[in-house]
This record gives sequence, C-alpha cells and structure tokens, in this order.
Amino acid sequence: MSPQYLWFIPLLPFLGFLVNGTVGRRLPRAAVAGVALLFTGLSAALVAWLWATMKAAGAPLSMSVASRPWISVPGFHVDFAFSVDHLTLIMLGVVTGVGFLIHLYSVGYMAHEEGYWRFFAYLNLFMFFMLVLVLAESFLLLFVGWEGVGLASYLLIGFYFTKDSASNAGKKAFVVNRIGDFGFLLAMFLTIAHFGTLSFSSVFAQITAQPELHGGFLTAIALLLVLGAAGKSAQIPLYVWLPDAMEGPTPVSALIHAATMVTAGIYMVARSHVLFDRSPLALSIVAVIGAATAIFAACIGMVQNDIKRVLAYSTVSQLGYMFMGCGVAAYSAAVFHLMTHAFFKALLFLAAGSVIHALSGEQDMRVMGGLRKRIPVTFWTMTIAVFAIAGFPPFAGFFSKDEILYQTFAWHNPLAKLLWAVGLLTAAMTSFYMFRLWYKTFFGAERFSEHTDAHGHNDHAPIHARKDTTLVMEAEHDSGQATHAHGVHESPWIMLAPLCVLAVLAAVGGWVGIPEALGGHNEIQHFLDPVFAVTAHAENVANVDEVSHSLELGLAAVSVLAALFGLFLADFFYRRKPGTLGAMSANSGLYRVVANKFYVDELYHFAIVKPLEYGSRFLLENVVERGVVSGSARALAFITRGGSNLTQRMQSGNIRSYAGWLAAGAAVVLFIMAVTSLHLR
Amino acid sequence: MVPIAYYLILAAVLFCIGIGSFLIKRNIITIFMSIELMLNAVNLTFVAFAHQWKLVHGQIFVFFVMVVAAAEAAVGLAIIIAIFRARQTLNVDQINLMKN
Repeated sequence: MSPQYLWFIPLLPFLGFLVNGTVGRRLPRAAVAGVALLFTGLSAALVAWLWATMKAAGAPLSMSVASRPWISVPGFHVDFAFSVDHLTLIMLGVVTGVGFLIHLYSVGYMAHEEGYWRFFAYLNLFMFFMLVLVLAESFLLLFVGWEGVGLASYLLIGFYFTKDSASNAGKKAFVVNRIGDFGFLLAMFLTIAHFGTLSFSSVFAQITAQPELHGGFLTAIALLLVLGAAGKSAQIPLYVWLPDAMEGPTPVSALIHAATMVTAGIYMVARSHVLFDRSPLALSIVAVIGAATAIFAACIGMVQNDIKRVLAYSTVSQLGYMFMGCGVAAYSAAVFHLMTHAFFKALLFLAAGSVIHALSGEQDMRVMGGLRKRIPVTFWTMTIAVFAIAGFPPFAGFFSKDEILYQTFAWHNPLAKLLWAVGLLTAAMTSFYMFRLWYKTFFGAERFSEHTDAHGHNDHAPIHARKDTTLVMEAEHDSGQATHAHGVHESPWIMLAPLCVLAVLAAVGGWVGIPEALGGHNEIQHFLDPVFAVTAHAENVANVDEVSHSLELGLAAVSVLAALFGLFLADFFYRRKPGTLGAMSANSGLYRVVANKFYVDELYHFAIVKPLEYGSRFLLENVVERGVVSGSARALAFITRGGSNLTQRMQSGNIRSYAGWLAAGAAVVLFIMAVTSLHLR
Repeated sequence: MVPIAYYLILAAVLFCIGIGSFLIKRNIITIFMSIELMLNAVNLTFVAFAHQWKLVHGQIFVFFVMVVAAAEAAVGLAIIIAIFRARQTLNVDQINLMKN
C-alpha cells in the first residue's frame, strides 16, 4: 500500500460525516446507516490492507506521508503529516475494527430513535478525528484530532439535548477536558520553545541525540502532557466527566468513552515515551495517578446501581491501570491492556445496551435480575466480558492486567510494591463489582416485571437516561408496546453479531501477549519493541530480567486468587445471601460517602465552580462588565450625544444662517491662506 | 491704463455687497440677484487678470460662468415659481420645510 493512501483512512469517515450531515435528514434510515457503515468499513478495510503490507514489508515497519508544510515561521516549522508505526497500527486496528462493530450495533440500537442521521454523522465525525489523532506525526496534528474527538464526544453525550442532564453532562465533559487541553497546549509551547518543532520524529531525535538531557524542562513538558492525558483519559483529578458522559446513547459510551477516545491519553503518553523516559519524576507521578485512579474509581464502582455507571467507573479504573503501566515504563503492557480493554469494555457496554434495550430503557440494576434465560446471547457474551475484565485466564484481561501488575512489581522504585498491592486490590475489587453486576442483572428473582411500568416514579434511580426525553418519546412508546406484547426480548441480530465478534476477541484477544513464563512468546511486546525499545528497554527492562519466571508465575497466581476472591464475595452477597450486604451497609456512613462518589463533584463544585461563579458574578459582572465595558460604551454615547446636541443647532433650517456659516467658513479659509502665505514669505 | 488694483477693489466691493445682501435679504428673488452679483464680481476679476497678463484663459472662464449662471437662473426661477405656487410666499424664513 502506497503511503499516499494513508490520507484516505481518516478522510473516508469524514466523507460519511459530510454525506449524513448534509443530506442525511432527507435520506431513509437504511441509507443513512448504509453510508455510515460503508465509509467506516472502507476505512477498516484500508487499515487491514495497511496491516498486511506492513507485515509483508519486514522489519523497519514505519511509513509516513509528509505533505506540504503546514505552519512555517522563523524558529518553528511543522508539516501536515501522517505516520504509521506499530503503535499506530494497533490503535488503527482498534479504532476502525471496534468502531465498525459499534457502528453496526448502533444500526439496531438506534433504530427507533429520532435524529438517526445526526447520530451517525457525529459517529463518523468522531472516527475521522480519532484516526487523525492516531495517525498524526506531530503534537499539533494530534492536538487537532484531540480537540475534534472532544467535540464529537460533547455532541454525542448531549445527543438527547432536550434533556437537561444530558446537555449538562456534555458541557461538563467539554469544560473538564479544556482544563486538560490547557496543559497540553502549554506543553506544546514549551516544546516549541526548546525544540523549535512539534514533529514527533524530530523532537524525539533531538532528545535522543542529547543523552545528558534529564529532568528540568523535560519534566515540565511531561507533566503538562500528563495533565492533558488526565483530562482525556479521565484520571484523577479530571475523571469527573466520564461517569456523567453515560448520558449519551450506549453505543457512544462503548465507542468513545470506553474503547477509543478515552485511551487517547494513554496513546499520547506512550507516543511521547522518549520524553517520559528522561523524566523519572513525571513517570512516577503518572504511575501514582494511575494507581490512585484505579482503586478510587473501583471503590465508587462497587456501590453504583446504574448499570452504565458501574461500567463507567470500571473504565476509569482500567484506564488507571494503563496509566500505571505507562508510569512504570511498561508501555507495551499499557498498550496491550488498552487493546484488550477496548475489546471487553466495548463488549460490556454493548451487552449492557442490549440489556437496556431488552428492558425498554431501564438502567437500574435493582430492577433487573433473572435475565439469564430471557436474553441468552447477551448473557453469554457478557459473561465472557465479565470474566475477561475480572482477569480470569485464559480471557484477554488476564494477560494484559497481569503484565501491568508484573511490570509494576518489577519496577525499580521504592513505590513499586505499594503500587502493585494497590493494583492487586483493585483487581479484586474489579472482579467483585463486575460479578455484582453480573449477578444482579442476570441471576436471582426477576425484579423487572412489576417495575417496568412503575420505574418512572422510582426516584432512587440516579438516572433514567432515556426516560423523560421528548425526543425519544415515540421510541419509548413503541418499545413499551413491544414489552407488553412479548415481554423482555432479545435484541435483533444486527446488535448480537457485534457482541459475538467482540466476545471472541475478548476471549482470545489476550493470547497475543502470553508471557514467556506461561509458555507464550509475548508477541505483542515484540511487535511493539521497535517503537518502545529505543530507550525504555535499555533503561528499565534490563532490570526486569532479574525477576525470574517463577516470580512472574507466582504473581499471576496471586492475581487470579484476587479475582477469585472478588468472585467469591460477589457470589456470597448477591446470589447466596442477597440482601445481607444491603442491610449491613444501608446505614453505614462509609457506604453513603462512597455511594455519593466521595463527594468529589460537590467538592469541585464548592472549591472551583462556586468561587469562579462568585468571581464572575461580582467581580466580572459588577466591575468589569458594568464598570469597564458598559461604562466605556456609555461614556462614548454621552460624548456623542453631547456633541450632536451642540452641533445640531447649526442645522436651523434657515437658509440664511447656512449661508452665514458658509461665508464664515470661507472667510476662515481665506484668513488662514493669507496668514500662511505671509508666513511663507 | 487703469491699474489692476482698481478692478480688484471694485470686484471685492461687489462681492461683499453680494454676500451682505445674501445674508440679510429674505426675499428669495433678491437672494438670487445677490448670487448673480457675486458671480459677476468673480467675472470681473477674471477679466481683469486676463487683461493684465494678456492671457485668454480668464476670458474663456467668464463665458463658462455666464453660461452656468444662465442655466442656473433658468432652473432657479422655475423653482421659485413652483415654490410660490405651493406656498404663496417668497420669504425664505417660511420655507424651512426640511427642518423638523
């Protein structure tokens, strides 16, 4: 494949966006879906072709296409260029592959919704920007994609824009991401100041060429990049937008807020690993942020009752794992987890969407239960995903999570063992809350039948994302009818097919990274070696080799035990003795704190939003707005009015006074001429 | 030969009489006549200088001014007649329709 074809990979979804965005309103639904699927599918096919060519090409697998210079001023130059290496290839595969499956799923899921064309137009727009993001050859072009996916995310979170909570969630996501973007921008400015370019290859070449460069401004750039990554990838302290983002339609949660966009931060850190390797401080901070986010989000996830919110906190937690992986310089493990996470978390969301679809929009797990027999395909695919994320061998999550935990354990840092312990505890908690979800949804008594009509009045439920919107009223009505006619129903094949494909991927996707200790070859790490080997392995992995394979096996066994422990707890509390935990925790203060998400939203509200609002209200409005802005406008108006009051007296309407002014003017001119001509002489 | 200063003084006097009557008089026809007076003062200056410098340009200018003045008189008188028919007055102080 010629490098020129790289342009088409992002451009095809953009074309789909243009078609659906302009004439989609007038097209029939089948045509809209056809357009969206066609262009995404073509893009995925191009990626497959690219993969095949690069596989055939042999060792130095990287390809780039530079076009004309984009910005060129003295001291700074950047090209509009794409490049592909192994890291990009994995990201491309995930984005187009999972993206295509989710498009397919959406055709069924959104079938009864208003704004069908709008949904697919946004989805294709997202694909375009995401592909630009991963293909970019410079920080600047990456930033274009970065902002673009933020925009698409905002549009899709607020898809049900008539509902307050949805549009607020969209705004929240956008604003929180802006904080991160601010860091990213500053990082770019620092990079320009020190390297005069934003191109990955030349920045990293300059760093590599100066082995004495350590810490200092590199740490500053790295930390600012981390701020950006924390915004996009929902890490502490900027994670708060992701759970609210669940207001969007479920396929959006699967595509943007689980599989692809939120991993952009991890991708960016991995992409700039040359920079991070030179700054141990920044790496440690990344690792600590990751571990803290992982356990913090897992805590909250354990007590959520909304099925999508559980998954949202789980995503935050898993992203924390990836951050931790990056932080201990195990970039390939982080990318490996990114990939497997994309598979099983997309599957979890899509299966949850299928459950929600089956129950006509119900998201509260307390009114589910016993769905095992009613929606068997959803149940089995979700089971695979649950086992995968909980970390049971041989499913995908086990290998990637274990790799990160192992690399953390082997990290050369006093914090290593602590972080490993946090990771392990998080693994147990992950297992617990995922099986809690599994049991609550699919086992036990069928709690939905008597609630199906009444849950609109159930004010304990945190959200009913699709309940009270006028947009979907008709859809609700339709599926409500269906529910009464056929009861809970399995989703159509077009939704189940992507579930099955993803289930296969979630089951076997981890086999590309079976560690040597378990008899595998860890192919993914070798695949990524050309990208990360440059410095990471030279400096860090040398230490890893000291840890023997038996230790690796032992750690794997411990993490499986942790997962089993979580399963056991969930089994005990939610299958054998349902209700005991509820009775125990109902009145406990700790439970309330966790159920309220540690009051972080409230804390931010009072610590940041309120002072800002206060500042805007009193300082900006009263002083700046009233005093400076409208004051200067008033002053200008006053001067003009006064001036015209004076001069309008000249306009008496009396022709002789006009003539008098004329004569006076002529006399003045004559006088001036006379004086100046005398003067000149 | 009469010195040019005499012509110029005469022209200046004529011009000032024109301006003065233009400013003072209320009757629109008188105003019109004072304009003609000013124009002829200018004409006199032109001719005086043309004679002084033995150049024909000034005299040609005079013809142009006369033609324009004739055209202006035709149009102006027509307007005056129209105004008189509409307002029954030639007092400019009562023809301030554009004011307010």
